Amino acid sequence: MTDLELILQTIMNSLIASSFTAIFAVGLVLIFGIMQIVNFAHGALYMVGAYATWYLYAEVGLPFFASIVIATFLTVVIGLLMERALFRPMRGNLFGGLIVSVGMMFVLEVLVVYLFGQGLMKNMTPYFKESWHAFGIESVTISHSRLFVFAIAAFILVAFWLFMSRTRIGWAMRACAQNPEAAALQGIGIGKISMLAMVISAAMAGMGGAVMSPLVRITPQMGHPVLVTAFIVMIVGGMGSIEGALIAAVVYSFFHTFVTTYIGGEIATILGLALMLLVLIVKPTGIMGARESV
Amino acid sequence: MFSRTHRNIAGLAVVLAVVCVLPFILRPYQLDFLIFMFINIILVVSYRFIAITGEFSLAHAVIMGVGAYASALLAALPISPWISMPLGGVAAAAIAYILSFPLFRMKGFYFLIGSFAAAEAIRLCWVQFIDPFGGFRGLRRIPVLEIDLGELLYIDLGAPVPYYFFALIVGLICLFVMYRIEHSRYGFVFHAVHHKDTLAQSVGVDVRRFRTIAFVTGGFFAGIAGAMVAHYVTAINPGLFGLKQMLFVLVWVLVGGMGHFAGPIIGVTVLSIIDESLRGLDELRPGFYGLVLIATVLFLPEGLVSLPRKVLQWSTWLWNRGGGTLVKRE
Repeated sequence: MTDLELILQTIMNSLIASSFTAIFAVGLVLIFGIMQIVNFAHGALYMVGAYATWYLYAEVGLPFFASIVIATFLTVVIGLLMERALFRPMRGNLFGGLIVSVGMMFVLEVLVVYLFGQGLMKNMTPYFKESWHAFGIESVTISHSRLFVFAIAAFILVAFWLFMSRTRIGWAMRACAQNPEAAALQGIGIGKISMLAMVISAAMAGMGGAVMSPLVRITPQMGHPVLVTAFIVMIVGGMGSIEGALIAAVVYSFFHTFVTTYIGGEIATILGLALMLLVLIVKPTGIMGARESV
Repeated sequence: MFSRTHRNIAGLAVVLAVVCVLPFILRPYQLDFLIFMFINIILVVSYRFIAITGEFSLAHAVIMGVGAYASALLAALPISPWISMPLGGVAAAAIAYILSFPLFRMKGFYFLIGSFAAAEAIRLCWVQFIDPFGGFRGLRRIPVLEIDLGELLYIDLGAPVPYYFFALIVGLICLFVMYRIEHSRYGFVFHAVHHKDTLAQSVGVDVRRFRTIAFVTGGFFAGIAGAMVAHYVTAINPGLFGLKQMLFVLVWVLVGGMGHFAGPIIGVTVLSIIDESLRGLDELRPGFYGLVLIATVLFLPEGLVSLPRKVLQWSTWLWNRGGGTLVKRE
C-alpha cells in the first residue's frame, strides 16, 4: 500500500466516522438545545440499539432491516419513558438532569447484562459481506456494512435538516431552543416539542447503534467512548448549536482518524481532549455558539 | 438537659468506641470492606470540600489516582512509604493547582465537562506511557507500610487489623482538618462564594482564589486517599480511577446530601452497607445505584441528611389530615 493509497483509505475512514459521529452528536445537542439537559444516557440508548439488533438478527433470526426498525422503535419507547418520568421534572435544572441521566445509564447497562449475560461475545455475521474498492484501487477497501452506515447517517441528517428548515413543527422546535418562554407564549406546546425532540434524538442514537452493530464489539459499556467523542464535538461546536456540531463532528473525526492511523489511538483521544480544553479556554462558546453563559 | 455540642460529642464517642471494637469481632474480608469505606469517606468529604465553593468537578477520581501513582512511583525509587504517602498528596495538590488555571475560567456545565476532559486526558496518559506508569496493567508490588523499631516493635501494616486502625486514624485526622477549615473564616468565605458569588466579589473577595484554594486542598486529601489505596492493595491500574469511580463519588455525595458535613459520610456508609449486602448480585449493583440516584434526585433533593426533617414533615401532615385538625377555610 503506497502513501497515497493509505491517505485515500484514511480519508474514506474519516468520512464514515464523521457521518456516524454527526448523527450521534446531533441527537445529544438537540436534547440540550430544547431541554437544557445533558443526556448521559444517550450512549446507553446507542448500546440498547446495538443489543436489540444483535438479538433480533443473530439470535431470533429476523431479517436485518426489520431488526433495525424494531431496535430503533425500542430505543424511541425508552427515550419517551425517560422524557416523561425523568427529564420533564428536571427541565432547565442542568445538574439534576445530568444526575438522573447518569442513573438511567446505569440502569440500562445493568438491564442488558441481566437480560443477555456479561461475558458472552456478541458476534454478529455482517449482513453485507462484500467490500467496495474505492475508485477501482485494489488496496483501498471499504466494506459494504460501513457504506451502509454512511448512507443511513447521511439520509437521517438530510431528512432532519429538511424537517428543521421546511416544516412548521421544525420551526417551532427551533423557536423552543432559542427562547422557550416566548415560544410558549406563541402557543407552542413545550411538552409536545420536548417529546418530539426526544423521539428524534433516541431514534438517531438507536439507529446509529443498530447500523454499527456488525462493526463494533457489543458490550454494555460500548457507549462510553462514543459519548466522550460526542462531548468533545458538542463543546467544540458550541453548546446547543446543531450546525456547529456537524462541522465539529467532521473536523474531529478527520483529526482523530488521521492521528489514530499515523500515531496511535490513545494519543488521538488525548490530543482530542486537549483540543477541547483549548477551545474551552480560548472560546468557551465553541465555534458556532452564541450563548452568553460563560 | 445537654447542649447540642455535648450530645454530638457523646454520639461521636459512642461511634468511635464501636468502630474500635469492630476489628476484633469481624472477619478479615469484612474488615477489608470497612477499610475501603474509611478511604472512601476521606474521598467524598474532600469532594464536598471542593463542591461547597459551587463547582462540581469530574476530575476528583483522577486526582486521587495522581496521589496513588505518585506515591507508588516514589516508593519504588525507593523512598519510605511513610514519606511517599504525604508526597503523593502533595503531588495531587500540585496537579490540582495546575488544572485550576484552565478550569476556573469556566463555570457550571463547562467546568463539569472541562474537568472531565482534563481528567480523562491524564488517565489516558497512564494508559499510553507504559514506561513509568505501566499501561493498562498498572503498577504492581507497591511496598506496604511497616513500623520497624528493631527489637522493640514491628508491625506489618499490610495486614487488615493494623491497617484498619491506621486508616481510621488517618481518616479522623483528615476529617478533623477539613472540618476545622470549613468552620474557620476561610470556610465561611467558601459558602459565600457558593451562594452569592457576585455579592462576595463586590465586597472584595477574590472568588477565583478561594475556589482554587478549595480545589487544591480537596485535591491534597483525595491524593492521600489514593496513596492509602495504593499501599494497601499494592497494585493499581488506570481502570480504578475511571469515570465509574467518579460517578460513584458523585452518587455518594448527592445521596448523602451536600448541605451538611456529615452528609457524604452518611451517604458512603449507608450505600456501602447496602451494596455489601447485595454481594451475591454482583453485576446488578450499578443498576441499584442508578435507581437510588434517580429516586434521591426526584424525591429527596437535599439527600439522606434531610430525611429526618422530611419524615417529620410528612408525619405531621398525615397526622393533621387524619385528626381532622386542619383549619377549614371559609
